[in-house]
Amino acid sequence: MELLSLLSYGSEGWGDEILASIGVTISLALATLPFGLLLGFLLALGINSRESSLQISAKIFTTIFRGLPELLTLFIVYYGAQILGNFLFQTVFGTTIEINSFVAGMVALGFVFSAYASEVFLSAFKGINQGQYEGSAALGLSRFQTMRLVIIPQLIKLALPGLSNLWLILLKETSLVSVIGLADVVRITGVAARVEKEPFLFFSLACLIYLALTFLSSAGLERIEKNARRGEVRS
Amino acid sequence: MHFMKKLALTAATVLMVSGAAQAADKLRIGTEGAYPPFNTLTKDGTLVGFDIDIANALCAEMKVECEFVVQDWDGMIPALMANKFDAVIASMSITEERLKKIDFSEKYYNTPPALAVPKDSDMKDASAASLKGKLVGAQSSTTHSEYAEKKLEGIELKLYPTPDEFKLDIEAGRLDAVIEDVTVLGEWLKSDKGSCCKMLTLLTPDPVINGQGAGVAVRKGETELANKFSAAIKALRANGKYKEINDKYFDFDVYGGE
Amino acid sequence: MSDAYVAQEMIAARPRPNEVRKADWTFARLLGSLSILCWIAAGIGLVVFLITSYDQSQIDKYAPRYFDGFLTTMKLVALSVSIGAVLSLPIAFGRMSSNKIVRNLSFGYIYFFRGTPLLAQLFLFYYGFGSFRHFWQDLNLWWFFRDAWSIALLSFSLNTAAYQAEILRGAIMNVPKGQHEGAASLGLPPMVTFFKIILPQALIVALRPYGNEIILMIKGSAVVSIVTIFDLMGHTRRAFSQTLDYQTYLYAAIFYLLVVEIMRRLWDLLEHRLTRHLRR
Repeated sequence: MELLSLLSYGSEGWGDEILASIGVTISLALATLPFGLLLGFLLALGINSRESSLQISAKIFTTIFRGLPELLTLFIVYYGAQILGNFLFQTVFGTTIEINSFVAGMVALGFVFSAYASEVFLSAFKGINQGQYEGSAALGLSRFQTMRLVIIPQLIKLALPGLSNLWLILLKETSLVSVIGLADVVRITGVAARVEKEPFLFFSLACLIYLALTFLSSAGLERIEKNARRGEVRS
Repeated sequence: MHFMKKLALTAATVLMVSGAAQAADKLRIGTEGAYPPFNTLTKDGTLVGFDIDIANALCAEMKVECEFVVQDWDGMIPALMANKFDAVIASMSITEERLKKIDFSEKYYNTPPALAVPKDSDMKDASAASLKGKLVGAQSSTTHSEYAEKKLEGIELKLYPTPDEFKLDIEAGRLDAVIEDVTVLGEWLKSDKGSCCKMLTLLTPDPVINGQGAGVAVRKGETELANKFSAAIKALRANGKYKEINDKYFDFDVYGGE
Repeated sequence: MSDAYVAQEMIAARPRPNEVRKADWTFARLLGSLSILCWIAAGIGLVVFLITSYDQSQIDKYAPRYFDGFLTTMKLVALSVSIGAVLSLPIAFGRMSSNKIVRNLSFGYIYFFRGTPLLAQLFLFYYGFGSFRHFWQDLNLWWFFRDAWSIALLSFSLNTAAYQAEILRGAIMNVPKGQHEGAASLGLPPMVTFFKIILPQALIVALRPYGNEIILMIKGSAVVSIVTIFDLMGHTRRAFSQTLDYQTYLYAAIFYLLVVEIMRRLWDLLEHRLTRHLRR
């Protein structure tokens, strides 16, 4: 019973703090997602491009961010972007810019996410028949229209399983941001563990929270995937 | 729905990349919030402790408005240099190494490091013979970790992000000793959470490693601000405010020798 | 007979249509060149930064530490991947077992380790298990749970075992049924079938995911620096806290990139060699 009171809501327990930290974890992951997806898609376009310079620079990007440990990327962005950002803002606007741990986490995780997402998109691109492009050209669609109306709808369906996987990885990797001070689940449960001297209770709770988040997202993703496949013939 | 709203609000606030235009009279003060009795966060998120009271008194003395920014110890100096705040009042010792990167006011307190060990420890003193092969915990990026690395020979050093973690580990029996400021250790050993351990010995501070006591850190070259803090510290010493705060936390004068 | 199918008039040969001239500076080329320029600038900036802030005394002090940390990282990864490989066998089989309890147990194991962050697992094992000192002492296991290194090794091995079990299971399922049937019709015992027929084919399929798993472990192992172990990342963070010099992180980045890249190349070579019989 005593242990349960530690988890209660209010000033006695950690319930409200932990609930807020779940919000931070989820919002970090959600904020990273669109940024990572867009960058990943652009990277895939770059690697697919006939322009060799574009190919090379997209490949440099993915090599770097798939090769660096996420924790190190986070430190480099957190400290480096601050130095760089201050320098640029100082020279251009004469003020300073604050890059907090949320933004640093978003950028670092987004870079890593996009590097892996570009792979997923690339293999999805391979799954689209050349005839689709030719057909669109025959219909007189512009390149942009082809992309928007013909390719992307098919691409999403092909890329969804891979992207679902990346989302689950992203959700777990947000935990690293606790190291640079963002009050996410691991950070807050860690503080509670130290203050209350109950590390087993609180870190088990942290693991359970992530399991619940993973479970909920997989259920959600399954529905989305089903929805994306609704046009297919059931075998 | 309420939760979603809150979530959206959090997202919106944290997403703001503020071009922090610096109001002339508002001083941002960085502190750690994990270093009792000097600075800690209570569960509802308020900062308390000797550093906090001193900082508030200093700001009152200097007639400026202050706001606190909580920052992990490891990133404290980088964050100061990157302009995330204007001064650090977090028991930061004035050392030569740090003076290469940042400036300090005069000290506002000075206490020596000490070693604490489990109650059943067989260590008698801090001699090389009794320290040999011992696992010693310290907070990383501190003068104490430097001290342990350079002066305590033959030990195996373990570094932790905050003192809380090495307290957990020595309590669990993973460490043979911890090195930390004597007042911090004293506060912990006094509480029932520190019942595992006892004070072993005070350590003789090394002037190069331990420096001249804890001061207010400012960015390199901001001598004017540092001088203002020094003057304010002197004023607090003179008008009795310092003693008032001191007596709230300690039964001796933490200022150390003049 | 109508001669409708006979051409009535001859269309004179026309000149070749004008070649569609590609613009010299398409948007893609412009963007590509710009981004290449950015990378070159970043590369030069990095080199200049590292040269201008070069300090022989720091290098003398920290280079051996970095190397030491690198060895620690490699040792941790090599040991935990090997232990994980052994552990993954029973887990993968449990997952494919016909016994419901065994199947659910291994499913739970895999779900737990794949569904939670490595960092949280490490904290749970290190601080969480560490708080049951008397329990471990009664079991005479305290020497193991006291040590940060063995805890890190344990949690990493258990973690990678879950991932490797899934890789292995996927690969075994990928072996065509006919292989089992063929072996059975030859009268081979199950053990021989598995080790001589199924596993070699499965491993080829699993080669690529295994390589990725090792790379993920090299990168993921950086979190041990948070529980007092001086791996490459641990030494880097310590060096940063002592020097407050940003280049400490850059050197670590170069180190990690090199290791991962070399690892990737070696793995490609290995795969090329092992699959040579499959190429036409």
